[in-house]
Amino acid sequence: MSAVLDTHGHADHGYHPGGIMRWITTTNHKDIGTLYLWFSFIMFMVGGVMALVIRLELFSPGLQWVDPDFFNQMTTMHGLIMVFGAIMPAFVGFANWLIPMMIGAPDMAFARMNNWSFWILPFAAALLVISFFTPGGAPGVGWTMYAPLTVQMGMGMDLTIFAVHLLGMSSIMGSINIITTILNLRAPGMGLMRMPLFCWTWLITAYLLVATMPVLAGAVTMTLTDRHFGTTFFNAAGGGDPVLYQHIFWFFGHPEVYIIALPAFGVVSQVIPAFARKPLFGYASMVSATAGIAILSFIVWAHHMYTVGMPVAGQLFFMYATALIAVPTGVKVFNWVATMWKGSLSFETPMLFAVGFLFLFTLGGFTGLVLSLAAVDIQLHDTYYVVAHFHYVMAIGAVFAGYAGVYFWLPKWTGRMYDEALGKWHFWLSVIFINITFFVQHFAGLAGMPRRIPDYPMMFEVWNKISSVGAFGFGISQLLFLYIIVSAIRSGEKAPDKPWEGADSLEWTHLPTPAPRHSFHTPPVLK
Amino acid sequence: MAEAAHPAAERARDNRRVLTRLSVVAALMFGFGFALVPFYEKVCLALGVNSLVERSEQAANTQVDTSRSVTIELDANAHQLPWRFRPLTRHLSVHPGELVHVEYEIANVRSAAVTGHAVPSYGPALAGQYFRKLECFCFKPQTLAAGETRTMPVTFLIDPALPREVHTITLSYTFFEVAGLGGKS
Repeated sequence: MSAVLDTHGHADHGYHPGGIMRWITTTNHKDIGTLYLWFSFIMFMVGGVMALVIRLELFSPGLQWVDPDFFNQMTTMHGLIMVFGAIMPAFVGFANWLIPMMIGAPDMAFARMNNWSFWILPFAAALLVISFFTPGGAPGVGWTMYAPLTVQMGMGMDLTIFAVHLLGMSSIMGSINIITTILNLRAPGMGLMRMPLFCWTWLITAYLLVATMPVLAGAVTMTLTDRHFGTTFFNAAGGGDPVLYQHIFWFFGHPEVYIIALPAFGVVSQVIPAFARKPLFGYASMVSATAGIAILSFIVWAHHMYTVGMPVAGQLFFMYATALIAVPTGVKVFNWVATMWKGSLSFETPMLFAVGFLFLFTLGGFTGLVLSLAAVDIQLHDTYYVVAHFHYVMAIGAVFAGYAGVYFWLPKWTGRMYDEALGKWHFWLSVIFINITFFVQHFAGLAGMPRRIPDYPMMFEVWNKISSVGAFGFGISQLLFLYIIVSAIRSGEKAPDKPWEGADSLEWTHLPTPAPRHSFHTPPVLK
Repeated sequence: MAEAAHPAAERARDNRRVLTRLSVVAALMFGFGFALVPFYEKVCLALGVNSLVERSEQAANTQVDTSRSVTIELDANAHQLPWRFRPLTRHLSVHPGELVHVEYEIANVRSAAVTGHAVPSYGPALAGQYFRKLECFCFKPQTLAAGETRTMPVTFLIDPALPREVHTITLSYTFFEVAGLGGKS
């Protein structure tokens, strides 16, 4: 465990392998953050292409482009890759880059383990890709991997199960690293309640991950032993129960929703005060709202399963508990609005994405509140209304927060500014097309269109045509993002140390731009 | 930092302590996932849900409600199992509260012993809780020798509390092969 002792980053002085070995052997939190961010962007593109295959097939009723089996593989892999390959690694990338700088630490607590947590990911992604080429193809069971279908699938399912194991290990190691860094490596004077809110949201997210990823690992392990070792956890023939799988999965799955959302909240809580030129309104209430959401997330899982035939008392409990989550989430939304209230606002690209997040995430939150009502949900369960709901909070909420963060910290990371005009184009194209894609899905869902089907009745055709046009527009707009980032890195204008007037955390106030490879060898002096 | 050696070692020890604690939490939560299995069974038992293949206790009130009769339709399926499985009676009319005895015939057409377990389902689903089975081959796995044919009984009564608007109940059994319980074929 010599890496543990290397908390000052001295050991790699004088050893700088070049080329690819720099990236494979790196223990530098900034390098690893960069790796995470690029990995997640590549996965975002892969998952995005899968989404476009889905939208292409759904452009017209009938079967035109892909056969239904392949369609199911696309919906499954799109979900798995976007959740575990794109969104989660993106925010771990932010955590790696920013947490040590924000709390005045020289690096992450376990630098070598940090390297491992990242380099597990490409192997997991490879397993998912290889599963397409096995007999029977990739699993077409939906990203939730419900039994009993998972017990019957071909060997692609086994590869997916191992991929989930690897992704889980990566997340758990990453989370332990983040918790240890935040608890032990804060600069003198950086009390917990002085940390930027981004660090708080990640501290709580990391605890959620340590508590729930092992439960998912357990669920897929049970699936594996059901498939090959004669156990019958979910196999009705041996006294097992497929509904049990749903309970275990969603015990992980609902906290997972907040694992995705909380770091996004953290990013937005850094961006909005910077462009409102006011400190974050209600910092302490933001911290307790984050903790409140995390705690409540453990007792609401069965709202994903209102239709399994649970007793009315159970439905009522989960319904009330779910509606209760709107309270701390509302506290957050009102605090962001109050931060902007009477602020000296300016709308550069990061702020546009943050405000876009605020509007659209809240809209997704409202449809979530609609779905929390058991009586309504029985009508809407597994329809496109649900698809629209969770894409508003994840595909729009988390992704927009991610974009806000990338534009916000890009100058600090690379030392160069992006093209502001193109950034604004990227925002407006994204926000228009993503709403064209998903807003109409509410109507399709209310009219009764089920999710995960390659074909549909004629009556849904208009909504699906509009949605497909939006999806292709959104997909192509993201190539503009790639162009903006690459051209900023190559030939962007030099950025000043503090390009955003209102930014006040340590990476802006105490470090030059671009951030040096090793920062805070000696802890900063805080007033 | 000249004095760094000592605080660095101390910090490394603190870090390792957090690492150990969180690893223990992760390991415990992995176990917790498995602990949910018996917990789920206990909760279902306590709430009386999901007891499809439990023997019902004798109905408290065995008064036969002769004022109405309910049509019972019997259905039988074998899921990927080399068995011929059929009810000897396709449908019958019973009074709620009346004790009824029906028989199913199962034939194993494979030249090896096969173990299967039958799982019932009800249409309408709500009728399930009024369907009281006193004797059923679905209570435990059944092993049939190579080529064996067997007649198996179900003894049941319909709880007189059955809502009046239910006139027909379909009882459908599906046999699943039990692998790994000595029934590997």
